[in-house]
Amino acid sequence: MTQTAEPIQKVSIIVSRGSLEGVYPGLIMANGARMEGIEASLFFTFFGLDAIIKKRMNSLKVATVGNPGMHMPTILGAIPGMSAFATSMMKKEIEKLDIPPIGEFITMIHDAGCEIYACKATVDMFHLKKDDFCEEVDGVISVGQFYEKAAGAQIIFT
Amino acid sequence: MAPMSFAGKTIELDADGNLANRGDWSDDLARELAAQDGIAELTPQHWAVINFMRTVFEKDGDAPSIRRLTKESGVDTKMLYALFPKGPAKRAAKIAGLPKPKGCI
Repeated sequence: MTQTAEPIQKVSIIVSRGSLEGVYPGLIMANGARMEGIEASLFFTFFGLDAIIKKRMNSLKVATVGNPGMHMPTILGAIPGMSAFATSMMKKEIEKLDIPPIGEFITMIHDAGCEIYACKATVDMFHLKKDDFCEEVDGVISVGQFYEKAAGAQIIFT
Repeated sequence: MAPMSFAGKTIELDADGNLANRGDWSDDLARELAAQDGIAELTPQHWAVINFMRTVFEKDGDAPSIRRLTKESGVDTKMLYALFPKGPAKRAAKIAGLPKPKGCI
């Protein structure tokens, strides 16, 4: 089967969630694509936009409520400080793997040649301005423009 | 993969096409591997990356992450991708005579 499969040439990755564990997978996949010489772009939508908003990108948190992966009763996850604690634990482990914090990671991925876009509908909904975003953002684009740019790519939704 | 011949010697390759024996590596072989990848000339910056990767591999048994590479080798991310446009981690490791890096970053 793999003998006939064409290598992936291009990926367009959508990041729709704003928790730490919601943002990292898309960034790791985008960076990994560029490392392999695969063309990549990132499209941030809904709460995923927090990852490219200057004031928020370095304070994303792990969701300890409504996250069955935490293996923690909801009532414990809701205790004040629990999310901050889980976040600091995860950040330590992430640093051990040499994965950069979000802000540094976005710069690294952009320097690697990955284009970074914000979703226009969300930007309008949250009344955001170009100024709210980090400088790596290449533009605020509509869904239609996203599909145009994704021509020939595998689209990955996270 | 099928072995390659270079300077009258047979060079064994692993499943990814990288050198099976690091002892086979030489500066000339690195130039040949680079040429196969479309890199016509290895500049001092290419060598900085290649030598850094080899040093880290000797010590840690794996190639460095891109982040470490850019922080410690003196070649920044943009330059790294310009030097190895087909993907720095995999291609630079191959030219440096190392196995494909295991890490995700």
